[in-house]
Amino acid sequence: MAKQIEVTDVDAYYSGHKAIEGISMTIDARAVTAFIGPSGCGKSTFLRTLNRMHEVIPGATVTGKIRMEEQDLYGADVDPVSVRRTIGMVFQRPNPFPTMSIYDNVAAGLRLNHRYSKSELDGIVEESLKGANLWNEVKDRLPKPGSGLSGGQQQRLCIARAIAVRPQVLLMDEPCSALDPISTLAIEDLIAKLKQEFTIVIVTHNMQQAARVSDKTAFFNLAAQGQPGKLIEMDDTTKIFTSPSQKATEDYITGRFG
Amino acid sequence: MREGGSAPLSRSAFRRSRGDGPFRYASTGAGILLLVIMAAIAVFLIARAIPALQANTASFLTELTWNANASEPKFGIGALAFGTVLSSFLALIIATPIAIGVALFISHYAPRRLASFLGYIIDLLAAVPSVVYGLWGIIFLVPFMRGPSQFLNDYFGWIPIFGGDQVVGRSMLVGSLVLAIMILPIIAAISREVFLQAPKMQEEAALALGATRWEMIRMAVLPFGRPGVISAAMLGLGRAMGETIAVALIFPATFTISYEILSANGNSIAANIANGFGEANDIGRGALIASGLVLFVITLLVNMAARWVISRRKEYARVAA
Repeated sequence: MAKQIEVTDVDAYYSGHKAIEGISMTIDARAVTAFIGPSGCGKSTFLRTLNRMHEVIPGATVTGKIRMEEQDLYGADVDPVSVRRTIGMVFQRPNPFPTMSIYDNVAAGLRLNHRYSKSELDGIVEESLKGANLWNEVKDRLPKPGSGLSGGQQQRLCIARAIAVRPQVLLMDEPCSALDPISTLAIEDLIAKLKQEFTIVIVTHNMQQAARVSDKTAFFNLAAQGQPGKLIEMDDTTKIFTSPSQKATEDYITGRFG
Repeated sequence: MREGGSAPLSRSAFRRSRGDGPFRYASTGAGILLLVIMAAIAVFLIARAIPALQANTASFLTELTWNANASEPKFGIGALAFGTVLSSFLALIIATPIAIGVALFISHYAPRRLASFLGYIIDLLAAVPSVVYGLWGIIFLVPFMRGPSQFLNDYFGWIPIFGGDQVVGRSMLVGSLVLAIMILPIIAAISREVFLQAPKMQEEAALALGATRWEMIRMAVLPFGRPGVISAAMLGLGRAMGETIAVALIFPATFTISYEILSANGNSIAANIANGFGEANDIGRGALIASGLVLFVITLLVNMAARWVISRRKEYARVAA
């Protein structure tokens, strides 16, 4: 259910402007990898190259190699749509489909791929909502619109929607930045549980969060405003937060800049 | 209130803003003026229509002739209202799917430069005067549609609307086609605006789930745009119902109620007014004004129906807006 991702020398551009440069890393399976770094350093851009969401933006391009196990995600014969079905994504702001019920939101991705029977769908929806620690809160109002939930519940609904299609990898782009501390805690507990099954990559501005939830941490930085972002170092989270090998990393995590 | 030096300061800080009063009166006045004008029009129309309706020797609702200028006036709205509603809805059925397709192509498929060019063309088409469409219809479309009309009659004549013994160029179908072409730009232009405003967040959510572009549009764009598209279609329908010159040129101005859209049937309230107003006497004018009132009521009903359709799913629509 979970796969490792190998990234080699990836650059990403927005209409000719280079946003990230020369990124290589290995993202472990069944582990949480956190991306930290100052705003504009390209961590979200890099995250979006992993499931080919970057190129959705007009004029955006990617060079380099990204492999999931033996599959080249940017191979000529690879359909980006199928990559996104295998690598799920949770966004910064909760974005359930406003015109759909809670149930339909979770089932949305499933209905794209196959025809499921009603009972199969019911089963997967329940399982996914349980997986997202949301089932008990919404089981009595599945036909109600998802937008009626609180922000934290909406975000867990989006996680349920993402895991319902059984992806290999789950990308999370600052999933807690729009949430209060209690909802954040709920999501962090959920991440700890989800890593048994999925490879998880999380972008966060909150270093305590990175320290709490992740196994590996990657620090991104940019030389100056307008310069492309680069990967400064990547290591075990405990190592990054206790004895980083780069001066810039230490400055950042001790709050000396950023 | 505080004593001493700070008093002038606090007075000026809390005084009612000077611009607010005049603006409030101006906007309230504009609102009232609008109501007064509406009421004045209604009163005028009703006052002119009543004598004609009283002089009518036939039933206004069921009579299928229009001899309002005769010494014994006989006229009925039935055929005209039927023609207005049928031609407008036909136009809407033809135009809406095409307009949605055009709008989606511009908003979500076309490369940016082509999209802005096409958007410009659509706006331009929406601004073409209707008499131009009418002339184009009578000079080009009427002869052009003879063949296709005959084909429909020959092979699909078993469907009642394509039936009938004689196929003509100036038919309900051709009139509706011209109307469809006329209302297409406005529906497309408004739908495009609505589709462009579809939230990027939900579009990305759909794409990240592994939706193709069309699936993304179905999940995130169309549900969001639905109320806007309905409004656009209703605007188009209103334009089609009120359209005068184009249909006056094309419709054969008969007074029959027939579903056979390929035969020599077709008339509308507005076309009838345009054709008849010049040589009408007092009663004739009153009769035409009465028909105008009926058109007004039909348009009102259609708009209310549209609002009802839009508000039905408010629970969802509110959040989407």
